[in-house]
Amino acid sequence: MPEVQVRKRVLLVEEIFHEGGPIAVKPQRRAAALAVIRNPYAGRYVEIIEGFMDNLKPLGLDMARSLVAALGEDAKVVEGYGKGAIVGSAGELEHGALWHAPGGYSMREVLGGAKAIVASTKKVGGPGTRLDIPITHINASYVRSHFDAMEIGIADAPRADEILFALVMTTGARVHARVGGLKVSDIEGEDGLR
Amino acid sequence: MAETKAKIRKIATFVEETSIEQGHKVDPPTRRAAAVAVIENPYAGQYVEDLSELMAIGEELGELLTQRAVAALGIEGPSAESYGKAAAVGENGELEHAAAILHPKLGTPVRRVLGKGAALIPSSKKRGGLGVVLDIPLGHKDAAFVRSHFDGMEVRINDAPRANEIMVAIAVTDSGRPLPRVGGLTKNQIKGEDGLR
Repeated sequence: MPEVQVRKRVLLVEEIFHEGGPIAVKPQRRAAALAVIRNPYAGRYVEIIEGFMDNLKPLGLDMARSLVAALGEDAKVVEGYGKGAIVGSAGELEHGALWHAPGGYSMREVLGGAKAIVASTKKVGGPGTRLDIPITHINASYVRSHFDAMEIGIADAPRADEILFALVMTTGARVHARVGGLKVSDIEGEDGLR
Repeated sequence: MAETKAKIRKIATFVEETSIEQGHKVDPPTRRAAAVAVIENPYAGQYVEDLSELMAIGEELGELLTQRAVAALGIEGPSAESYGKAAAVGENGELEHAAAILHPKLGTPVRRVLGKGAALIPSSKKRGGLGVVLDIPLGHKDAAFVRSHFDGMEVRINDAPRANEIMVAIAVTDSGRPLPRVGGLTKNQIKGEDGLR
């Protein structure tokens, strides 16, 4: 399988104090780690691509660690996560799907065994394409306060023969969460859903 | 965070690290960071002659955002090489509100955090709606004519600025463009007397 060639990495951090309501005692923080790599399969159809996922694992781990570092060096503060990919125009959507195993594996590894499926999205697009990365609670997908999303994008990526991979972590609920549903305190923590 | 004059809704930081450009290795990678605050515009929807409140906010944000940007790069202030600033005013404000934040008082604390900064801090401003793109101009902090450090960094926050808000951005780098090769003044030729060369 081809090697992973990283052109550029980007780290985005948001710290949200309020959104018109009371100022949060503990501001919500969200971070996104982005990596722009060369798409080894750009410009042609390649049948066997699955093995490339293993090659992406070290990159995924490094990105997940950079998120924990950006949120305060302690994996315990992380409550929500998500992932996504934007494939440049000479690639196919399936190339974005290569991120599923390494992206999810690396965040679980760094967070010490999160239970919920990692919410994800992907698309094909040009430089500057924006992607709304879905976010859910790391241990129980149905926690309503943690349904969230973070918009990401890089002005000069992905180029036609590149893929932009993204991982996102957050430190808590939406800043003024108040629409009921399953609460963090109600998590059973067995099936990754509730 | 300590009490601030500015009513800050959110702060976003952006860090970019470029390790390959056009297939060519960039070693060490070039790195730049921007810190952006989204604040309430105290003068939204009205014409106010005296903009001193925004000038004071500019002074405060100059320090806060420069510290955030430098921290995001993981460097000491004096190791920063280039800088820039920009602001986007929401639709109920005036361009002059951006000017009041950026120009009278913001620069001094920026230079204090970075240890030096003889050069003009390049700037841009605009009015716009949610998701507006800010291109922050970048120039070498001690000598504006250093050609390898003429650059720009794009930042954007999808939910800002709302009509009554202002986005204020400061960008700091620890390097110039990835593979500079168009000549001109280089950073080892800086005299550092006039802020230009």
